[in-house]
Amino acid sequence: MTAAPATASAAPSPKVEAYQPSHFWANTRTYLGVALIVIWGLAPAVWMVITSFRPADATFETTLWPTNPTLENYRAAFSTDGGNNLPRALLNSLFISTTVTAIGLLFGVFAAYALARLNFRFKPILVGFILGASMFPLVALVTPLFQLFTNIGWMGTYQALIIPNISFVLPLTIYTLTAFFTEMPWDLEEAARIDGCTQGQAFRKIILPLAAPGLFTTAILAFIAAWNEFLIASQLSSATTQPVTVAIASFTGSIPRQEPYTTLMAAGTIVTVPLLIMVLLFQKRIVSGLTAGGVKG
Amino acid sequence: MRARKTIGAALATCAALVLAACSSGSTSSGGGGAADSTQDARGPITYVQGKDNSNVVRPLIEKWNSSHPNEQVTFKEQTDQADQQHDDLVQHFQAQDPSYDVVSVDVVWTAEFAAKGWLQALTDKLKFDTAGMLEPTIKAATYNNTLYAAPNTSDAGLLYYRTDLVPTPPATWDEMIADCPIAQQNGMGCYAGQFFQYEGLTVNAAEAINTGGGEIVGPDGKTATVDSAESAKGLSLLADNYANGNIPKEAITFKEEESRLAFESGKLLFLRNWPYVYKLASTDSTSVVQGKFGVAPLPGLTADKPGASSLGGHSLGMSVYSKNKATALDFMKFITNAENEKFQLTQGSLAPVLGALYDDPELIAQFPYLPTLKISIENAIPRPVSPFYPAVTKAIQDNAYEAIQGTKSVQQALTDMQAAITSATGGS
Amino acid sequence: MAVAAGSDTGSNQVQPKPGKIGTSESQGQGKRAALLVTPAVILLTVVIVYPLIQGVLMSFQKDSGLDPATGMFVAGGFAGISNYTHWLLQQCPTPSGEMVSCPPGSLGAQFWPAFWVTIFFTVVTVILETVLGMWFAMIMNRKLRGRGLLRAAILIPWAIPTAVTAKLAAFVFAFAGIVNAILNTEILWTGEEWPSRFAIIFTDVWKTTPFMALLILAGLQTIPADVYEAASMDGATKWQQFTRVTLPLVRPALIVAVMFRTLDVLRIYDLPAILTGGANGTTTLSILVVDQIRQGFNSAAALSTLTFLLVFFVAFLFIKFAGANVTADHQPKLEKVK
Repeated sequence: MTAAPATASAAPSPKVEAYQPSHFWANTRTYLGVALIVIWGLAPAVWMVITSFRPADATFETTLWPTNPTLENYRAAFSTDGGNNLPRALLNSLFISTTVTAIGLLFGVFAAYALARLNFRFKPILVGFILGASMFPLVALVTPLFQLFTNIGWMGTYQALIIPNISFVLPLTIYTLTAFFTEMPWDLEEAARIDGCTQGQAFRKIILPLAAPGLFTTAILAFIAAWNEFLIASQLSSATTQPVTVAIASFTGSIPRQEPYTTLMAAGTIVTVPLLIMVLLFQKRIVSGLTAGGVKG
Repeated sequence: MRARKTIGAALATCAALVLAACSSGSTSSGGGGAADSTQDARGPITYVQGKDNSNVVRPLIEKWNSSHPNEQVTFKEQTDQADQQHDDLVQHFQAQDPSYDVVSVDVVWTAEFAAKGWLQALTDKLKFDTAGMLEPTIKAATYNNTLYAAPNTSDAGLLYYRTDLVPTPPATWDEMIADCPIAQQNGMGCYAGQFFQYEGLTVNAAEAINTGGGEIVGPDGKTATVDSAESAKGLSLLADNYANGNIPKEAITFKEEESRLAFESGKLLFLRNWPYVYKLASTDSTSVVQGKFGVAPLPGLTADKPGASSLGGHSLGMSVYSKNKATALDFMKFITNAENEKFQLTQGSLAPVLGALYDDPELIAQFPYLPTLKISIENAIPRPVSPFYPAVTKAIQDNAYEAIQGTKSVQQALTDMQAAITSATGGS
Repeated sequence: MAVAAGSDTGSNQVQPKPGKIGTSESQGQGKRAALLVTPAVILLTVVIVYPLIQGVLMSFQKDSGLDPATGMFVAGGFAGISNYTHWLLQQCPTPSGEMVSCPPGSLGAQFWPAFWVTIFFTVVTVILETVLGMWFAMIMNRKLRGRGLLRAAILIPWAIPTAVTAKLAAFVFAFAGIVNAILNTEILWTGEEWPSRFAIIFTDVWKTTPFMALLILAGLQTIPADVYEAASMDGATKWQQFTRVTLPLVRPALIVAVMFRTLDVLRIYDLPAILTGGANGTTTLSILVVDQIRQGFNSAAALSTLTFLLVFFVAFLFIKFAGANVTADHQPKLEKVK
């Protein structure tokens, strides 16, 4: 790399300019790509929302807008008749995901600091261990975890859902945070220590603020991963503690064996809205987090 | 060193957990045999069932709870998918969980759960009286000549047909196929059942095989006898008619709902489905067949014998790990008494197991299909009563699916089916 | 690129070097490291290692067999490696006790088809997601108006829970659904072999390309514009810039992203299970495990151990031969670009 960054350790680095295409054809191609991306992301989701406003007997209507729009599906989705309880499932998901994210981030920060910053003999073993833990097929965890939690009386409790989920997001958080921490200007921390801070203080006052965008990104990734988890939650949760993924999968209409597609689409929309809001609010942070983290010296 | 200590601690924790879990009974040979004091015990219990879509169970439980203040029943509701309900029960039984007292058991699971020692035999102190109940439903709750569950609701296949196009329902397959040109003239499919690769396919395939005169397993529930000329005749009814288009191509993706919607939108002349379709086809606003359809027993091979329906339905099983078995027994008797069976019918269209209810004129007025349904149930042949049912149904499904699709000949499918069932039931 | 641990800036670098083994400096770091990683390690041990060990122990036990006298199931006893030969070599027992090839319709016979289907899904989806993800990432890297909308749009598929996506896919690919309507076809998406596979691949690619695009974008963002300017001044064409500048520089991030996605798809369960139920040649290894749990959980444990070994092996290939760098010590290729 060019000479400048190597010596620019003390100064904050200039923001990287993204590469710009320089002529018309590239621009057209770009906008074509943009259009594709937007359709890609939006089309199925938009179809889900549109379907949620159709009455049940017009489920497979193909018009772009429902001919008889109705809010019936939303009412049915929120109703607690027939054993559904979407509002409570939403709260459960919120609680579980938030807790999982917080603890996963905490443990992850510790471990990532150790991995990025310290040198110790068993580092390769640790890395291998974490990697190995992320490779395990989830289906194999079901029976043993079920037995374990039944034996200690934790079936259907929140902790039975939170603890496995933390383990699932840990490899993700550790890996992402390690990548961020590696790119941090550690010499700033060293300079602070030379000026009299302890290592802990230097970390808290210098590194952490700089790492904040990276932490944010990691938090969002962890939150979404926890929100999405289905298999283990479906086995270990009870009717009162089940998160939205399980609630949706077991959603029924009032008739047995009836797949209530329109109501399901309404429920799906409801469930996705919190995540979408988060993504909309934080998309800038996500990407700028990625940018700041990976910086040029 | 610290590092070693950390790893050592982690491994020790892990080892301790393994020991803890191993020692706390993960083997499944639970004994219901030892005379236990739980048989006389009374107290609160939990009832476990799949999704209560029609709000039948909750009112019944409330009724019980109001008159049994010290023996309150809690309702644990599972999902509405049969596979998930099964797996949930298996998980809890394997963990010897005492919190499931009375469970709703699909008729095909009775043998499996009984053989694993999870269901309490309903004899001696816990004897359950099955007088007045339809014979096939009692057989479905019996394993090894012992009653292991209390029949609760039943179900059988019916033939729905368009009365405006076919005034008299066909009594045999030949007659039904002879009506297919009528379907073609009206741009409809002739016949469909449920042919997606799931339990519903086992139901339909078993019906076809049994109607042809074949048997899937012998009386001992183990020996596969499905590879026979009669079975081939039966299964060919489905395979041949799929090949020549009498059964529409999309029927291979049908579960109950898809087939119902096809019939209701006027795309099918004949439909094989469960009784629940009756009410919906009569009342759905999008149903074009309102007032234009009727029900009949499934068509047979010859005019003197109706087609063999598979038996559906659920029974009430008592867990051997329950702590309050006397209460559990009383609750089971309560749910299955005449008054509550009637309620389950009127409230949830659930077919009762008490024969007398089928002859009640009031109920017949409300549910015109009752007499037809009774005939179907009485002639119903249960799916194989086998403790290895999950493997057996997989063997049937996979091979029947390929036979219908035409990727395998009927003969080959039956041979493979027999080999697979033998392997499943004879093995380890 | 970055001032990473042990990078080339020589004497200016104040990174603590690992002291000689046994010195108090490395011991101190070791102690501190152990303390910091303890919570994570304990949690992972309990939730992952314990089931893994229990699974392996179970895989050497036979499933319960039926005692003909009582009609009840009794514990199967020690199995040796018979569970493993059952799956790998298709050994199924007959009533007379001998071993034959597993007949179609039994789960044993499905092992190798499931193996190949899983590999097929993995290869196809990962290739598609990488190519599309790279393209999307390059577009998102540009300064455009409406960048926010773009990013939000691309994150939507990834934000929708898989359970919802599966239901949405079932709805969209239904026989009467919108896909058939748009294409004006009457394809049985969930009723035939290749349409089913296509539906699953399509849905999975739709859902996860955004994730890949994000990870690749992170890598792209580390490449400064002056590198491109320099190359452009040297006369490199767009394509050359892509292959000689972009690809090598984004390679570390790309390889790791590809590896994680590969390991994910090897274990895929939710999507095919809900969409096709594993029918029509779409049964993956994880679906087979769940099916087997229903019939005998010791055999299922053997199968899930085999799956784990497969995943582990693939990861090993990535790390050893593709240079997937999952440790913190990045060795940026950038140093070599002059």
